Amino acid sequence: MAVLRTVKDPEVPVISVVELGIVRNVQVADGTVSVTVTPTYSGCPAMREIEDDIRSALLEAGATEVHVRMVFAPAWTTDWIGEEAREKLRAYGIAPPGRAEQGGLITLTRRRTPVACPFCGSSDTRLQSEFGSTACKAIHVCNACLQPFDEFKAI
Amino acid sequence: MSDHDEDEAVTSAPSATATADIPNVAGTRGPSLGAPLVEFVLRLGDDRLVLGHRMSEWCGHGPILEEDIAMANIALDLVGAANMFLGLAGELEGKGRDADALAYFRDGVRFRNALLTELPNGDFAFTMMRQFLFDAFSIVQLEALAACSHADIAAIAAKSLKEDRYHLRHSSEWVVRLGDGTEESHGRMQRALDGLWRYTGEFFEDDTVTKAVAEQGVGLDIGAMRARFIALVTDVLARATLSPPDDAVMASGGRVGRHTEHLGHLLTVMQSVARAHPGASW
Repeated sequence: MAVLRTVKDPEVPVISVVELGIVRNVQVADGTVSVTVTPTYSGCPAMREIEDDIRSALLEAGATEVHVRMVFAPAWTTDWIGEEAREKLRAYGIAPPGRAEQGGLITLTRRRTPVACPFCGSSDTRLQSEFGSTACKAIHVCNACLQPFDEFKAI
Repeated sequence: MSDHDEDEAVTSAPSATATADIPNVAGTRGPSLGAPLVEFVLRLGDDRLVLGHRMSEWCGHGPILEEDIAMANIALDLVGAANMFLGLAGELEGKGRDADALAYFRDGVRFRNALLTELPNGDFAFTMMRQFLFDAFSIVQLEALAACSHADIAAIAAKSLKEDRYHLRHSSEWVVRLGDGTEESHGRMQRALDGLWRYTGEFFEDDTVTKAVAEQGVGLDIGAMRARFIALVTDVLARATLSPPDDAVMASGGRVGRHTEHLGHLLTVMQSVARAHPGASW
């Protein structure tokens, strides 16, 4: 686990794959390490790279053999990102995700919980687009300091 | 894309039949279907692969930067879901084909996507209306599948469902904004809906494949799914001041490999690199 904590998300290099919540299980037997991971977004192009990073980090740390297995259930949720990691995101300039909505009806009115600006802390912000530079982010603009910023979407 | 393309898209449906149960009559080409569960999962994968590819065609052509990014994001999610479903289809088939083999090395008649997903993009109104109708169907379908007794299908469905929720929110908002917009945008949205509605019947066909998988624990209450789809769609369309046409006949054929001419063109582009360099990895 200590080794995996050094493997960062290539798109958000301040948090590790463990903090992101995608490492679901790790088993070690005679130098062979089996890691179970779950994808963030189904189309996330970074997943392959993350697998490779996990493999090479463990091999470098002395593992003789590494197996990375992908599972889809339970589906990843941003609720698995811990408090410490949320602070790291904020410090990096990305607003951390709110609580994920549990199912429910599709509504045209978007959630109105304001997303606080990670730069000045103001809650006077507006959503620019639900789709950002990567699958996991939405774009907001702060009305107070006029800074555009990313939000890690809650899913 | 020109209006010409759009017109072509909505008028060139293959033989319209009310059912996908096609009897093998001597002298006619009957569909050559594989094991029902494989066929069923191929449908799930192919819908998302083909629509994802269509959406990706907008990359670099979006009306505004944010929308360009949004469409590329949605394309990525759809292709990601396709990758999971096709990977599973390959495993279930047991002939050593992975998701890439199924995506790049099958010809058009082997594709099982609904016809709606392969229609050319047309204008932005047509693309968004098509996306809206698919998103509404997909959510209803995946909600049902997430609760089914096949663990692998349920897991992928639950995963994709999270993404489909914001896809539908996005496409619904465009449908309302443009439908209840200017005279021009309203007219384009209504025209798109008129052209696309006849392709929605295929989503709810109950044929030999769905009947067979129902016996294997992947039973879907198709009547209930359709009712939920209609309720969802009707609500948004009413807000958008749009109304679906009275189409008596629904287009059919995609589920058994009888496609519009558009699929072949799409596959030619989508499969060209993989076929030019078989076995290459990058």
